[in-house]
Formats: sequence, C-alpha cells, structure tokens
Amino acid sequence: MGMTLAEKLIAKHAGKDTVVPGEFVTAKVDIVMANDVTAPAAIRVFNKGLDAKEVFDRERVALCSSHFTPNKDIASAEMAKVMRDFAKAQSIKYYFEVGRGGVEHVVLPEKGIVLPGDLIVGGDSHTCTYGALGAFASGFGSTDVGCAMATGDVWLRVPETIRIVVKGKFLPWVGAKDLVLHVIGRIGDDGALYQALQWEGETIEDLSISGRLTISNMAIEAGGKAGLMIPDQKTIDYCNERKTREFTPQYPDADATYFRTIEVDVSALEPTISCPMLPSNTRTISQVAGQELDQIYIGSCTNGRLEDLRLAASVLKGRQTAIRTIVVPGSQEVWMQANAEGILQTFAEAGCVVSTPGCGACLGGYMGVLGKDERCLSTTNRNYVGRMGHPEAKVWLANPAIAAAAAVAGKITHPDDLGPIEEMAV
Amino acid sequence: MKKHYQGKVWKFGRDVDTDVIIAARYLTSIEPEVLAENCLEVADPEFPKQVKEGDIIVAEENFGCGSSREHAPLAIIGTKAGAVIAKSFARIFYRNAVNLALPVVICPEAVDAVQKGDELELDLDAGEVRLPKSGQVFKVQPMPDFMAQLFAAGGLVPYTRKRLEEMGRV
Repeated sequence: MGMTLAEKLIAKHAGKDTVVPGEFVTAKVDIVMANDVTAPAAIRVFNKGLDAKEVFDRERVALCSSHFTPNKDIASAEMAKVMRDFAKAQSIKYYFEVGRGGVEHVVLPEKGIVLPGDLIVGGDSHTCTYGALGAFASGFGSTDVGCAMATGDVWLRVPETIRIVVKGKFLPWVGAKDLVLHVIGRIGDDGALYQALQWEGETIEDLSISGRLTISNMAIEAGGKAGLMIPDQKTIDYCNERKTREFTPQYPDADATYFRTIEVDVSALEPTISCPMLPSNTRTISQVAGQELDQIYIGSCTNGRLEDLRLAASVLKGRQTAIRTIVVPGSQEVWMQANAEGILQTFAEAGCVVSTPGCGACLGGYMGVLGKDERCLSTTNRNYVGRMGHPEAKVWLANPAIAAAAAVAGKITHPDDLGPIEEMAV
Repeated sequence: MKKHYQGKVWKFGRDVDTDVIIAARYLTSIEPEVLAENCLEVADPEFPKQVKEGDIIVAEENFGCGSSREHAPLAIIGTKAGAVIAKSFARIFYRNAVNLALPVVICPEAVDAVQKGDELELDLDAGEVRLPKSGQVFKVQPMPDFMAQLFAAGGLVPYTRKRLEEMGRV
C-alpha cells in the first residue's frame, strides 16, 4: 500500500518498509532543536533526569536564543545562560548567540541545517515550519527534547494525513498567509488534530520557499502535527545553496491513502484576517475594513523573512504610519539583507521602529507588549487571549502588506484604498 | 503510579490554550510550584488560589492547544491538581502530559455531566469516571497501549533512563 509523505519520512527514520496511521514507532532524528525558553527544562531532563553525559551527536543539536533575548530581565538572562553553558560544555555546533541567529524557524532553513528528507524534533510548536522543505518536523515539549538529545530518537504515533490541493492564482496583495488563515478558518483550530497536512497543487508550486514556510508554519494553529510540502526543483535549489550536509528527499506514493482531501481555489480569495481571539476566527478584509487599531507588529517565524519585509516596505515607501509600528526582522541575516536593500531605512522614514531579530512581542515577551484594551494587527500566528500581553488586549492576524496598509491608515484597510502617496514634508 | 483520584471539579471551556494555562511572561521559571501561582488565572482567577491537592480539571474540546511549552503541564502538576479530563486534547499538550505522567483522560460524557465544584472520582484501573452526586459512571477512552506503558513507567524520563542503561550510555 502506498504511503503519504509523512508516512514515507517516518518509515525511513524508523527503519521500516511501511508504516500505517495509528502505529507507534521509535524514529531516528536528524536535528534536535530548542530555544532559550524550552532548552532549560530539556537540559534539566538531560543532566538530572537522565544523568546523560553527552548529546547523541554535537552536530545534530541546534540551540537558538530567540524568545527573551537580548535578555529582558534577570530571570530570562539566567535561562539563556543555562542554554549557553550547556552548548559550551557539549560543544554544540549549531548554537546561535544574540547577533548570530534570530528566530530558530527563520534561521535553521536559511543556514541549511534542516533539509528535505529529515526528521526534526523541535522544542517549539512552530517547528512544523520545516515541513515546507519536505522534512517531517514537529513541535515537542522539553522532556522529549531532553531525551532526544541523549538518545537521538523519539517515539511517534504515525499521523493520518490530510491532503490540501490548492489551485488558482492569487489576487494582488493576497498570498501564502491568506491561504493558510483561510484554511484554518475552514477546518478549525483542531481541524487537523493529531494529523499531518500535505500541501500540494499549482498554487503551492508557484510559491517561493519563503511563502511555503509561512504556510507550513501555521499547521499547528489547525492542531496539526506537521505541515508538509513535496520537494521540487525550487526546494532542491534553495537547499543546495546552503546545505550543511547531504540530503535525500522523500516523495509520497501515487497510491497513498489520505484521511481526507480538501480542495482550495485561491482565484477569488480576498486578503484574510483572523479576528480575536482564535486563529480560526477568520474574515475577509471587506468584512472588517475600518476596524480601528493601536499597534502594528511585523515579524515572527510566520512573516519575518526578507520577502515579508520587502512586501511591507513596498506599501510603506513614501508614506507615514498613523499608529506605532514595530518591525522585527526574523534573523540577523534578514536584518542585514534588509539593511543592504534600504528596507530598514524605508521603515524608519515611515515612522516604524525596527527591533533586534527575535520573537519579540509575538508571544507577549517584550518589545511591543500590549496593555489593557489595546488593539494590534500582527503578522504573527496566534491571537489567543493574552498572547501578546494583557488578557483584554485584542490581536488580528494578517499578511505583511495588510499590516503595512493598516499602519498607514490606523485601521484595517485594503492597500488599494490607501490613496496617493503624499509628498514628504522636508 | 497513583491510579485513583478524587477531588473537586474546576470546569473550563473549549480551546483552552497554553497561553491561558500559563502566559509567556511567566516562562522565566521551570519550577512547577512557581508556575502554579499563575496557572489558568485568566480563565478562572480563583483557580490558582483555591485549587486543592487532588482536584480535577475538566474541559471541553482541544485543551492545551498552542505552544509546545511543557511549562503548561508543569504548572498544572505544580497546583497539585490530580488529573485533567477533557473532550479532546491538543497533540503536544497531551504528549507532554503523558511524558510527565500527568493523568490526561478523554471522556466527553463526563465533561457534559459535571459542573464546577462537583466531587468527582477518576479510577484509572477501571477506566472510569464516577460522579457520586448522581451515581453516574462514565467509561474513559482508553489510551493507546504504548502511551499507557509510558505512563505506567512514570513517564518518558524513567523509560528513557532504562533504555540508556541498556545501551550503556549513562
């Protein structure tokens, strides 16, 4: 019987010819990843729970300072230090210090550390991002991460696969983020619970790697275990330019069995926005245009890549923001490229503040946390109660162009409705 | 491994996410007792202050959705609440709870039958939830064999320790 991409990847890493959904296996991992929030508990498991001496492979562990770094307070500084000290003691090859990394899900693909055919255990729920490259990548808790760092393997239940076949060309200002929000709105916050998503079709093939990463990133917001895409020439070229080791892509069998298939035609899809307080609470822009806002946030593992910043800057160029707008490049590399292209200057001239790479206020960490009753439109992935700060703050999720247009208008606005660019006062 | 739990019900709705269980601003500690001080405070401000050892958290669908933060089950463990019964659980939370040997039980009928403050019994050996006030007994959805073994072993750490010993790696 044929296997889906998720099944092929798990079978390969479990040393089996076939696996079926619902089966439990122990699978070898290619990369174990953690960040400054999830690593300390994993390191406690590794050192004290297991009394383990050495990680299974110092070139297969990635540790990234991203969530509360540069550290916001003493407690977070001590957490980052636990990770830094461990990385040093274990000679971890892929340790990303402040000034070298950024958000792990932006950094690991751009550095060629996660590759097609891989199986990745990540101590962060958005580890599913790497599925865009054809890797089985999923988020795990610190106990799993601590154990996988010691053993080099992980227990897995083989998930059923939902196949999402996407066709059509996007309208202007509509893209990957709108598609994934639209699908989450259709299937719900637990619509893919315990299951893998497999995205395919002409629209996915037309997308850049950056756009594909945006879609895979939000599998978890539908409850999914993985958000997979079938590697194509674009994937192979992207990975060959940056790979840290050789890789063997896997592909689904033609006669694979899917739990269900969802068909999406994006031809008429409008810019799509998740309204408070759940990602599945989606509306089209025409339904929510005019909603007043207090803050705009552009960044995160969903939309903090160079392409996202270019898109936002294309709207902001020559315009002024009406409300406070925070831009957080996803990585040091994104920051440097955006700087070289003059994009950071464009943001600054428009009245935005550009922050250091990292997770920032996406999870209410720091650099843009919301107060009571404040309203923020954000390019991030979650708008749960209290996600970006006060429990009575409200968050809308959208793509970077919509965020930039909302920054200029001070309310939710279609970029085409912004009006002409006014001459800057000298 | 404790198999029998009895306590008061704390009831929550659907899609209780990990930011509600323990907000990101409290993730600067990994100590269960510290995390417990703010556990579920947004959903029910009385909960972290008044929860007693052995009390049972009851919730609708998709409990624990969102982040991979193990701080969420750790915070619940820190409150000394005995177990979580829900109509369904988000994947990472469910897995983390089993890895930490926190009892997580799927039993939709029991969720519909109970109210905040009810006395409730959970018997893992019999696979039953019992509501003394009405005499109702509900069968829980069995956990897959592998996860049940992991849970019975005391969670993933004791299980992995044994594997490492067998490999001669500790």
